[in-house]
Amino acid sequence: MSTIEKVPTPSPRKPWAATPIDRAKTAGILAAAIVVSVIVLALTPLSGKLAFAAVFFVAYLIIDFAVSFAKAGRAAAVDSVFRGLVTTAIAIAVMPIISILVTVWIRGHHGLHWTLFTMDMHSNSFTDPVGQGGLLHAIIGTFLLVIVAMIISVPIGILTALYLTEVRGRFTRPIEFLVQAMSGVPSIVAGLFIYAAILIPFTKTVNGIQGSLALAILMIPTVARTSQEVLKLIPEDLREAGVALGGTQWRSVALVVVPAARSGLITAMILGVARVAGETAPILLLTGGSGTKNFNVFSGSLGSLPNYVWQAFSAGTPESITRAWAGILVLLVIVVILFTAARILGNRKVGKK
Amino acid sequence: MFNGFSTLKTQGMHFLTSSNWQAVVSDSGQIDPKASHFGIAAMLVGTMLVAVIAVVIGVPISVGAAIYLTFYAPEAIKKIMVSAIDLMAAFPSVLFGLWGFFVLEASGEYWAKLLSKYFSWIPFFKLPAPYVTRSPFIAGLVLAVMIIPIVTSISREIFSQTPLDRMQAAYALGGTRFAMLRAVAFPYARSGIVGGIMLGLGRAMGETVAVYTVLNIVYQVNWHILFSAGGNVASMILLKFGEASPYEIKALMAAGLVLFILTLIVNSLANLIVSRTGKSGR
Repeated sequence: MSTIEKVPTPSPRKPWAATPIDRAKTAGILAAAIVVSVIVLALTPLSGKLAFAAVFFVAYLIIDFAVSFAKAGRAAAVDSVFRGLVTTAIAIAVMPIISILVTVWIRGHHGLHWTLFTMDMHSNSFTDPVGQGGLLHAIIGTFLLVIVAMIISVPIGILTALYLTEVRGRFTRPIEFLVQAMSGVPSIVAGLFIYAAILIPFTKTVNGIQGSLALAILMIPTVARTSQEVLKLIPEDLREAGVALGGTQWRSVALVVVPAARSGLITAMILGVARVAGETAPILLLTGGSGTKNFNVFSGSLGSLPNYVWQAFSAGTPESITRAWAGILVLLVIVVILFTAARILGNRKVGKK
Repeated sequence: MFNGFSTLKTQGMHFLTSSNWQAVVSDSGQIDPKASHFGIAAMLVGTMLVAVIAVVIGVPISVGAAIYLTFYAPEAIKKIMVSAIDLMAAFPSVLFGLWGFFVLEASGEYWAKLLSKYFSWIPFFKLPAPYVTRSPFIAGLVLAVMIIPIVTSISREIFSQTPLDRMQAAYALGGTRFAMLRAVAFPYARSGIVGGIMLGLGRAMGETVAVYTVLNIVYQVNWHILFSAGGNVASMILLKFGEASPYEIKALMAAGLVLFILTLIVNSLANLIVSRTGKSGR
């Protein structure tokens, strides 16, 4: 046995990667653009951060174009300007997210108190100082609404997805079309539909279950579409193996396909919940907004987080606005937690138990 | 929705073409269906106006962002940005409303004043009176922010399906990245992106709470996008609902029905176009 001689592996090279000269060039263009925009702002009546951003943007594109044109000609110059444009686009697209998160934290954290999670609003009004009263009733209400909506919509949504991917019956195309069309239904229309179909003829008053039904209408398409995407990813081998072992379609779906897609289906469920947790318009029409704790979805006005935020915002005093931001902060934290959970579950490989 | 039909019948085409909203109460305290007039023309025009502004502002940004994420972004940045944008799609609409009211309003006013100062010769940007707060322009800005996540993720989905062999062929012929995009990716993705834009339009037309908070709803057809008066069917329903009498509620149902049909048409077209993507192109 001869020992294998160790050949030093050549380090991987990336001829397309940016060289130090390229980086220096980019930095130089950026610096030049900043200088130009400062000068422009000083010489013209334009002022403010926005004007600076606009001038900087234009200056950067022009300088970039000139430099690339001088170095490599027109095609390269256009390419480099286009790169600048799309980079700006993503920066603008991400800016509102950062702005929203920062705003919610800055304006909302004054309103955070322990009483927020231990008290309700039955003996306080929105204009009271921030330390009094809380939104326990709203948190309970939102959870009840969402859980009931989930109980209604998750089975329907997942069964629809199973019909579309596994059964593939005669109505697959029309149902697929219907699900897609339903996912664009405006939330207020869903609210009005329940109002006309249930509140006017039967109950004639506000209660929680109507809100849940409206939320379910909005949730079913999300759950169905996401589940369908997940079920499409399940390898065909698994289904064939199930059938080859002598299982009926029902058994191979229930015992093989669904368990394999479990984490994906949970993701679909969570995404549906995240979609409806902050839904405001139908809630305003259907559930009422009581300030006391109500554990019964079938009777009585039910407070909820969106409704709390809405009422506090409408009250219009500084205290109530702070309350509204604090409510939004709580709601946002719930949505972010749900969303992150969906992401983590969704990133797991489909098909793993 | 059935309830809406009766109003549509009594009001006829007037419901779509007039912009009165008047519930006339007769002597017996009942609402007189003959004398009352309900029309949503102003609201329909306002809805389209605001939605179109949102699309005009939001779409270039979203498509640019999608191109960056698909063809330019380093893997790490791409992951973070994609989750951030997807997260934004899950933000509650009341949050966009509050943010628009307290944060965007200020800078929106600044832009609106600039636009009216330098572009008032374009009829759309003319200001009949110097009021620029709560205008359709600002509502359109808020909606633009709201549709960016949807349009971006659909466009990204479609761009990422661009056939690799065609892209490599474009590079092998010595094309720059922009040349590749123009010759391969754009023709391939064009119809899909049109579909994505229409989905965004559908969402912008049906948005309620966010528009309600930032728009000054006035029952008058207003084409001046910077002027503080506008309309939106969904927000009008919310505005009128609290104080509405049973007969008026029927009229609101009819408005909801019109909105529903409108969004249904737009969305169905959009889905048809998106599902056909990839069959066209070079």
